Amino acid sequence: MSQKSAQDGGADARGLAFFHDRYDLSDPALERILETALARRVDAADLYFEHTTTDSVSLEEGIVKSGDRHVEQGVGVRAIRGERQGYAHSDDITLDSARLAASTAGAIADASRPHAPVALASRAGARDLYPVALAPTEIPVTQKVAWLGEVDRYARARDPRIQQVMASVVCQYKRMLVAASDGTRVADVLPLVRLNVQVIAADGKRREVGYQGAGGRFDLAQMQDPARWQSLVDEAVRIALLNLEARPCPAGTMDVVLGPGWPGILLHEAIGHGLEGDFNRKRTSAFSDKLGQRVAAPGVTVVDDGTLPARRGSLNVDDEGTPTRRNVLIENGVLTGYMQDRLNAKLMGMEPTGNGRRESYAHLPLPRMTNTFMLAGQDDPEEILRSVRNGLYAVSFGGGQVDITSGKFVFSASEAYRIEDGRIGTPVKGATLIGNGPDVLMRVSRIGHDLALDEGVGTCGKDGQGVPVGVGLPTIRVDALTVGGTEG
Amino acid sequence: MNDDARGQALEAIALQALEAVCKAGASQADVLLVEGDDREVRVRGEEIDFVKQAQGRGLGIRALVAAQGGFQTAIVSTSDLAPQAIERMAHEAVALARETAPDPQAGLPESGLATDRPDLALFDPADQDVPIAARIEDARRAEQAARATDPRITNSEGSQASSGFARIVYASSQDFLGRYASASHGLFSEPIAQDTGGMQRDHWSTTGRRLRDLEDAAAVGREAARRALRRLGARRVATGEVPVLFDSRTAPSLIGQLAACANGYSIYRQSSFLHESMGERIASASVTIIDDGRLPGGLGSKPFDGEGLPTRRNVLVREGRLESWLLDCYSARKLGLASTGSAARGTGSAPRVGTTNLWLEPGEKTLAELIAELDRGLLVTELIGMGFNPTTGDYSRGAAGLWIEGGEIAHAVEEITIAGRMQDMLLGIDRIGSELVWHGRTASPPIRIASMTVAGE
Repeated sequence: MSQKSAQDGGADARGLAFFHDRYDLSDPALERILETALARRVDAADLYFEHTTTDSVSLEEGIVKSGDRHVEQGVGVRAIRGERQGYAHSDDITLDSARLAASTAGAIADASRPHAPVALASRAGARDLYPVALAPTEIPVTQKVAWLGEVDRYARARDPRIQQVMASVVCQYKRMLVAASDGTRVADVLPLVRLNVQVIAADGKRREVGYQGAGGRFDLAQMQDPARWQSLVDEAVRIALLNLEARPCPAGTMDVVLGPGWPGILLHEAIGHGLEGDFNRKRTSAFSDKLGQRVAAPGVTVVDDGTLPARRGSLNVDDEGTPTRRNVLIENGVLTGYMQDRLNAKLMGMEPTGNGRRESYAHLPLPRMTNTFMLAGQDDPEEILRSVRNGLYAVSFGGGQVDITSGKFVFSASEAYRIEDGRIGTPVKGATLIGNGPDVLMRVSRIGHDLALDEGVGTCGKDGQGVPVGVGLPTIRVDALTVGGTEG
Repeated sequence: MNDDARGQALEAIALQALEAVCKAGASQADVLLVEGDDREVRVRGEEIDFVKQAQGRGLGIRALVAAQGGFQTAIVSTSDLAPQAIERMAHEAVALARETAPDPQAGLPESGLATDRPDLALFDPADQDVPIAARIEDARRAEQAARATDPRITNSEGSQASSGFARIVYASSQDFLGRYASASHGLFSEPIAQDTGGMQRDHWSTTGRRLRDLEDAAAVGREAARRALRRLGARRVATGEVPVLFDSRTAPSLIGQLAACANGYSIYRQSSFLHESMGERIASASVTIIDDGRLPGGLGSKPFDGEGLPTRRNVLVREGRLESWLLDCYSARKLGLASTGSAARGTGSAPRVGTTNLWLEPGEKTLAELIAELDRGLLVTELIGMGFNPTTGDYSRGAAGLWIEGGEIAHAVEEITIAGRMQDMLLGIDRIGSELVWHGRTASPPIRIASMTVAGE
């Protein structure tokens, strides 16, 4: 990439210049490749070029033992005919390999036919949701090493019971270019940074882990602000020490209060996946054919918004070149929309919603979430807690999973307390929440005014593909949720 | 594929990379080069859903630079195999290593590198000539068989067939150069059953190094359909303590979690609940768990590990007693022990510890017999969520399965969790079934745990 193109223009222009300069991918060249795929009897074709640099530096036992740097590059070519997709990819970005992939992808169709020539035109807006002063992968490793050393010393100084500190900083800089047979041609440049801190606290024979991470699509300098990373380390230490005191979790059905922010993973698992277009087009989702129906209590509004500046789940355009937008999935309790990629939108007679995402050039796009959250309500969070006599207050979670078809979902609390007489009581560990997606939101009885988004660490898995996502939630009360613990 | 020009060409590239990184200033170095050719198809209903084909390769260079107090280490990887790109990467690796801290335990193996190259039956050359149309046909047969099983099979997520071929070359500055070829094939079917109560999905799969090792496609579809059908009418059960049976698809996850807690890295970090338990009784006396990297045709088999040491048979647990950790060179040095030949390695990362073919030794009774002798309890056929904490042993996961009453299946169960402490669960294993079926690199016969907490209504 030339110095000039690095500084000029938006993410689209910078991305285009990168692929043009480095791989000689001019519009006419891209048009010829698309025409190779279209030479068979297919409806549409698209190309996805990617160049991603990832570096990670990890510390344990007080030292940075290793540095990693990984460059991934390649092209994926897709041909579509009806519901049928042909996909071929290569890690060699040359016109020849792209043409070969195009011809392989086109082989899903058994006959050839004449086709109209492809004419590409820029489709990008001027928007750049995540401008950075410096690619995070260009920041010298020396500086990251020194920073992790500070993180380590700071964590250990918090409490003598902290025995182990593991910290890592992962920086990614991705450039992508999409060209499609309908003329779409758009590029993007996506930074992504993340700091992870895990500590182990020991007291006598008991050992517990505390973890906290944060990140997003912004300059690493923001994370390196002491106020920001120190509060993150404080959290990891606090959770580990809290877990030393935690008691086994009760088992059974009880009222649950979810804290703001990361507990939004409930929305992601319980309803988000079930509202992805592919499952609904195939009618394999527990939410199939429920558009316009009540799926949540009055007052519950859930959106998926890929346009939030600098968030981990945000994108200027999705991986098919469709601009992202704010999609209202549930409005005041009624199901109003699905998340769509191009293929499923077309087959369902709907509009693409900017949710066509893929892990890399080696993967087919799928309808996926971006940043999924519930809008704030009116209730005072303190009052919500007081409204529960005996139940569970869950503040932070590890991971979750859902069975789309039966609607059953599960997620595991990493910080939770018993609610005793309307007050936060004993911390409990090992709490797992399980429920039924189509009815869990019907049992939301209070919605707080304290909407918060998560810290920027979520990765969603589907069909073996991981993509960065965000979630958010105000404090809410859910009546009668099953809590899995060991205490009867 | 075994002894071909392409394999030799890859060896030459690996050696070029090794020479470049040593010249650039590495005191020790190793190079891993992987080239793959993968095909994947999915059929859903009457239609092909997708056909995917790909060639890919990856080169990983690890540079170790001698400094006061140990080696400094870095790993750089790319898919660009052009000589100039390799030269540039080699310099980057050394420069990056110089930014890290010297580590006295870092370094390649001092001795014991693999000298033999046993034929582990990792692929059948004839499979390379099988056209993609034949795999589409396999997927179609599985899909049709699943849909034809019962009128209540109304839909599906599809049936998927895959074939992957790989060449792996590993070279290190300890004068090691090794290469092998392998393949893996799979077939997976996921039908949906429906009645007035709602929809239920389930799946069945078969995997193997050779196409002829796979189960018949129609049998895979039928078994997947049978499993989906028996989940219809699922409901919750009352909260309580009951015996829990894990079938041969859910039991392997317990064995895998136990092996992860015997991983040398979690031992020296003291982040495993087992870290002080070597030599102790950690499971009931009927439990013997083995990891063997040289099972012929095994999906985890390989002639040498990620550091060039010979793979071998390690008994992790013998008759309930913890007998071995799983170690690579680094974690072994941290613990003052020797590697168990368990280094796993991808091109983009340093060696870490991994299992190869891991299994629990089978017992006497079939699953049907175990069900028949259970008065009241749960058979778990699916687990969801990630509720296991390796540091404390706390275990709590979402589950679905079948409720057993008086030795017979009473009804399907869903939306429950099962919980316990891994320490108690292992000691509480009171039955081990006789069926050992491999669906991947980890296998286990059915297991019964005397008591776990089931949370439901």
